[in-house]
Amino acid sequence: MGNEFSYLSEIGTEKGDLIKGLQLVQSREGYVSDDAIRAISKHFSIAEAEIEGVLTFYAQFKRTKPGKYKICVCDGTACHIKGSILIQDWLSSALGISDGQTTEDGIFSIETVACLGCCSLAPVMSVNGKVYGKLNRKSLLKILSDYRKMEE
Amino acid sequence: MPDIKRIKVGTASCGLAAGAAEVLDAFQRLSGSIPVVEVGCIGHCYAEPMVELELNDGTSIFYSSVKGDEKSVNAILGLTETGRFQVPAERAALEKLNVTRLSGSIDPKDIEEYKANGGFSSLKKAFELKPEGVIEAMKRSGLRGRGGAGFPTGNKWSFLAAKKADEKILIMNADEGDPGAFMDRSMMECVPFQVMEGMLIGAYATGATRIFIYCRAEYPLAIKHLNIAINELKKQGYDRLPGREKPLDIQIKEGAGAFVCGEETAMIASLEGKRGQPRFRPPFPTDSGWNTYPTAINNVETFANVPVVIADPDAFAALGSERSKGTKIFALAGDLKYPGLTEVPMGITLADIVYKIGGAEPGSVKAVQTGGPSGGCIPADKFDVKVDYDSLKELGAIMGSGGLIVIGNNRCMVETARYFLDFTHRESCGKCTFCRVGTTRMFETLENITAGKGKPEDIDFLVDIGNKIRKGSLCALGQTAPNPALSTIRYFRNEYEAHVKDGYCPTFQCAALSDVRLDPDKCVKCRLCIKTCPVQAIGDDFKVDNAKCTRCNTCMEVCPKKAISRVKKGDGFSSNLSK
Repeated sequence: MGNEFSYLSEIGTEKGDLIKGLQLVQSREGYVSDDAIRAISKHFSIAEAEIEGVLTFYAQFKRTKPGKYKICVCDGTACHIKGSILIQDWLSSALGISDGQTTEDGIFSIETVACLGCCSLAPVMSVNGKVYGKLNRKSLLKILSDYRKMEE
Repeated sequence: MPDIKRIKVGTASCGLAAGAAEVLDAFQRLSGSIPVVEVGCIGHCYAEPMVELELNDGTSIFYSSVKGDEKSVNAILGLTETGRFQVPAERAALEKLNVTRLSGSIDPKDIEEYKANGGFSSLKKAFELKPEGVIEAMKRSGLRGRGGAGFPTGNKWSFLAAKKADEKILIMNADEGDPGAFMDRSMMECVPFQVMEGMLIGAYATGATRIFIYCRAEYPLAIKHLNIAINELKKQGYDRLPGREKPLDIQIKEGAGAFVCGEETAMIASLEGKRGQPRFRPPFPTDSGWNTYPTAINNVETFANVPVVIADPDAFAALGSERSKGTKIFALAGDLKYPGLTEVPMGITLADIVYKIGGAEPGSVKAVQTGGPSGGCIPADKFDVKVDYDSLKELGAIMGSGGLIVIGNNRCMVETARYFLDFTHRESCGKCTFCRVGTTRMFETLENITAGKGKPEDIDFLVDIGNKIRKGSLCALGQTAPNPALSTIRYFRNEYEAHVKDGYCPTFQCAALSDVRLDPDKCVKCRLCIKTCPVQAIGDDFKVDNAKCTRCNTCMEVCPKKAISRVKKGDGFSSNLSK
């Protein structure tokens, strides 16, 4: 395990900061690994099982490694009304993965999220935090191919 | 060169998503010596990216849907007539911009600009009124909590003020979990100092010593602006309230994505580092909240209202309906022309909001969903209802935090209910059996109906179990989770019956209960659909084979003649049947 998670010392050891600690780990690693849970358990002096209990309660925390480009498809009410199911289908068929999965080459992962707060631009998705609005099939495929090109 | 004093580019989340970053960059490159500032959102999200030119004569010109290329930007710098934006007169007459007055017109990161526009004058007045006077003014104004429940804010504050304790906690609920609502995000992004002024007034009036802002992590820009505001307030000594030895302890805590954390006892549990599960009340948080200290929770929009209330409580009370005072910010989205934010006096009719402000085509709207997954739908023939806390409740919906999703005629109401129950059954924290198991059963039943596997008795089952979940759940999540299904059954039972009795979806939205058909009279045989169909369901005879078709709509999108459409189940061709 080593000092891989030594940055946890940036935050306090009070239990109230547990979620903050998990968020810090996730922002650094992209997900919360078994090793990370062990390190967090030590830092806060909280049982690993309890940490697992807290982190699985919240949708934000991931236990699997996401792709280099993390695609979040909004399925908030406005996007749903505007056809986000189709966006999810098109993405899945273009990338060959479904919700929560990462492509084999580790480039893309798809995640369905509750709301990105850009309801007036529905349907929307974000790639590594950058929001793309008023999507249709054509613009969606263009976005994917633009990211693919950057990898070549 | 005409006299442009300052250029304002709207760079709230909605603007950025529409491409405001490129526009900002272009203006910074091309504007020469004219200052370019970033501002928030004026609520007309459909018109983003927006640019405002402040002229030396004191007037302003707005441009909408601005592009970031050199030619467009130079044209605007030359005050071109094209692309100018004006708020439609009909809309302007209905709106009342009190709380959102400064949103989109000032630099959200600049405390001096907020001060120059009357900022912190209410805080000063609050210090003169003394805590009792502030609470009295809050009560007199009639302000009710904007988070959804509508509890009178003055009363809540008086409970906390009456407590004697070493520490008292005031929490700002910025977890805006209702998908479809974004007024809190907008207030935090665009007028963070106004929100914080309300918060400081609250801390002064209630004697709170510690402040938590519980903000959802999905709002990075809001968190950034709040952090800037808090640092600036500390620098200028605003965290030192009169008569206090210690400065206020102000912290932002990022939520981690749990809808139930909008419930106050769940939010407190989450702030303590636990699973966000609600607990029994009493004890109420004002008696025993965060780490057993007396605690009060108010919503972002409530705090944004406070400076307006304190400035003139009687003027505030003069607006709105009898039991719902002031204005309310609504987030409009869905099937309408002008999605965005609008601030209107309480008591305005739903028809005015949907048609006159939202620009929805009369006759094209089937219903409006208010209050998100906890709310209900209101059918178009009831749009003359006056929008306030009590009248919406009578219709089986709720005001909620102010999300209004307009549902067009072509949307299936059963599918809409399924969507909301999918959300709530996943977000149920699992504590109460009725909510945990009941919402799952409701979801499964609705899933079956939309998948064509529904039975006629399913409708009564949904009503029965829905009423039981309402009664058997501890918190508002469970108590309101059945609303979307119950209200759609109440007003659109015919759609449910078509699914379970007649075997088709009246709007053709449910894939399993509709077919896809190519109209040979419209087809020009361009073969685009054949080429793009991912499952080769369209043959050389230009017939869509519904046995193969996955209803992905790809062909409909590529067809230049709109010759392909969804039709009633059984009206399309299927190779299974032809054999």
